[in-house]
Amino acid sequence: MSKLSQYLEIGSSPHVSSGASVDVIMRNVFVALLPVCAFSIYAFGIAAALVLATATLTCVVTEHVICRLNNNPTTIGDWSVAITGLLYGLTLPPDLPLWMVAIGAIFAVAVGKALFGGLGCNAFNPALVGRAFLQAAFPQAMTHWSLPFAADRFTDIPGSILALPFAEPVYDAVTAATPLARMKFEAIQAENSELLLGMTSGSAGETCAALIILGGVYLVARNMMNWRIPVSIMLTVAVITWVFMQIDPAVYPRPSFMLFSGGLMLGAVFMATDMVASPITHAGCWVYGLLIGSLVVVIRFWGGMPEGVMYAILLANAVSPHIDSLIQPRVFGTGKGAG
Amino acid sequence: MLNLARKDSFANGIHPPEMKDETSHLAIRRFPFAPLLIVPLSQHLGKPAVSVVRAGQEISRGQVIAEADGFMSVAMHAPASGIVKKIALAPGIGGNMIQSVYIEPHPASSQEVEDGEACDVESATADEIIAAIQSAGIVGLGGAAFPTHVKLKPPEGKTLDTLIINGVECEPYLTTDHRVMLEQTADIFNGIKYLLKATGAGESIIAIEANKPDAAKKLQDECPADLPVSIRVCPVKYPQGAEKMVIQSLLHREIPSGGLPADVGAICVNVATTAEIGRLLPRGHGIQERVITIGGPGIKRKGNYRIPIGTTVRFALDEAGAAKDIARVFLGGPMMGPSVSNLDIPITKGTSGITAFTQAQIDEATGHKHIYPCIHCARCVEACPLFLNPSQLGILAKNEEYDRMVGEFHLMDCFECGACSYVCPSHIPLVQYFRLSKKMVRKLSAAK
Repeated sequence: MSKLSQYLEIGSSPHVSSGASVDVIMRNVFVALLPVCAFSIYAFGIAAALVLATATLTCVVTEHVICRLNNNPTTIGDWSVAITGLLYGLTLPPDLPLWMVAIGAIFAVAVGKALFGGLGCNAFNPALVGRAFLQAAFPQAMTHWSLPFAADRFTDIPGSILALPFAEPVYDAVTAATPLARMKFEAIQAENSELLLGMTSGSAGETCAALIILGGVYLVARNMMNWRIPVSIMLTVAVITWVFMQIDPAVYPRPSFMLFSGGLMLGAVFMATDMVASPITHAGCWVYGLLIGSLVVVIRFWGGMPEGVMYAILLANAVSPHIDSLIQPRVFGTGKGAG
Repeated sequence: MLNLARKDSFANGIHPPEMKDETSHLAIRRFPFAPLLIVPLSQHLGKPAVSVVRAGQEISRGQVIAEADGFMSVAMHAPASGIVKKIALAPGIGGNMIQSVYIEPHPASSQEVEDGEACDVESATADEIIAAIQSAGIVGLGGAAFPTHVKLKPPEGKTLDTLIINGVECEPYLTTDHRVMLEQTADIFNGIKYLLKATGAGESIIAIEANKPDAAKKLQDECPADLPVSIRVCPVKYPQGAEKMVIQSLLHREIPSGGLPADVGAICVNVATTAEIGRLLPRGHGIQERVITIGGPGIKRKGNYRIPIGTTVRFALDEAGAAKDIARVFLGGPMMGPSVSNLDIPITKGTSGITAFTQAQIDEATGHKHIYPCIHCARCVEACPLFLNPSQLGILAKNEEYDRMVGEFHLMDCFECGACSYVCPSHIPLVQYFRLSKKMVRKLSAAK
């Protein structure tokens, strides 16, 4: 009777989708990080390139091997581990010995991600877990900063980078203090233009605030980042710093210095916004940002170290599930909105 | 949360491609009679109708073939003149079997319908109108197929102040309500008269989305001066056609969780249902046909058709010309339409369209994509029009924690619009989980 004879597939609606995909989001984050990486290599030369490459490759290989050891299909195709690797590399001093870079990368992926259950289950940002491990294991190497724009940065590989595992690294480059260290120990504040354009020393990817903001704007425009988190962090830091500056401008720096120096921009834009480890509701994101911003100021002003972004974010990551359980959306037709 | 500009809209929601341009300009055409029509006795929510014909009986188009069984039921009418072949089980969309009247139309069956007992809007009382709507077999034609007369009577102690005529039609591909608004404008205003009288509502609002400006203009132009009706154009957003959403958009009133529109003094009737009331009641007719959109990339002669109830999907696809490579057929639009497992199921009163996809659309959209773990991106939370937490509900559904889903996360409020699944970058079948979970919850509570 009918001309129709082929098999029909049945499926539960909806039969259409937005086309969004985890790997597309992750690839976009990766792309948003590329200008930051390019500047890092421009400012710190071959050393930064080697650190970033080692970090990313080690992370990817670690994830692949762990998947295989568990007899699971590899998950490197979702690009999330590539971002972890790149972000982790960007938080490191650009002349860190490569063997340390590799150990931290293995720790980041194995402990920070795989041990929790892989993508979607990590309680903490894996890149920061790796960095925190290095900070605890190699405190001296992790606070050794080379000068940016050294004349021989494209021709010479710093000796420290190629140090043998567990040997004392030999630093041949001129060392420098980060803007935050100079602020803390010498009370010298760097200019905004220096901080925005990356003229200072620091971790491989934290020095050029302008390019980090650019990457963030790109992701927000593509609806791949919750802007409330970085905005909430920055507002909190700016407001608290401003209040203290009013009290004693000789001791406390100006808000713009706090915003553009150290790892704040990189942390606020790319680290704190790790979707897995941040709250799911808008209100929760504001609270989460407030918490990170406050912790950053507390650690920087009154802590023993000049920088505190990493610990602030890790602590907030730990609190994030609790923020989620306390702040749920008000269901339509319940509470004061109903009727 | 923030409600700065009180736009005629609701919070959250999504914007799937509308895909309406291919059929929205095509006038409604009559569909031929199929050689066999299958009229299920249960096309509506509530009790099935009781057949009043027997096998071998001659019937004429428009004749009552089944009567309502109690208040939560409506009558059925013969879609064509012919012979009752048998009364037997026929497959339904859900794979279930439904008692149905099989009718073989006469080859020369006319489209004429004999007039029945008219219900005059001026002289009839509210109760008479409600009874006439029930005996005309009228149910919500937007897809829910809820008996219309049941909701016209406000529950004890409630009054209805606003009648909302829902011409939103937010499902992609569907253009039936759009065409009905353009071609049955007078019927709609006539239907509103009946509905205002039946409900006692003081005013009525026709809700239209901004993608149907011609319909809005025609309704505005032809609106009778003495009828308390206004036409409101809402920004396009899915699922605005849902009762809770359209009432929020127009009246800024939130139907309480688990409540009814009557709880906020409103009643919502689909625009095609309204047009049928305005067209059928003056002549005492019942519903024997309805307008559907046959469309989608798998259809050659896309269009809007007035199709006899009981026409099989197979006959409809043959007439409209199905592409060789159709791979999935569903009734209604792609967001909520159930897909068809058997082409011999009949079109019923609640069928708003037949949409056919080829393998290309399935591959592009849902088809067998890798399911990633939930990355907490919050897109589902931002899409859910009821402010549920689909991410959390999805995790609980996987762990079969039904009590928490219902108690803490309001699972039973979900009306399965599918916005969460649509936006999920991890391709987690969220609404599909919730559909299953709701069934499990009902089953478990029935077992207790």
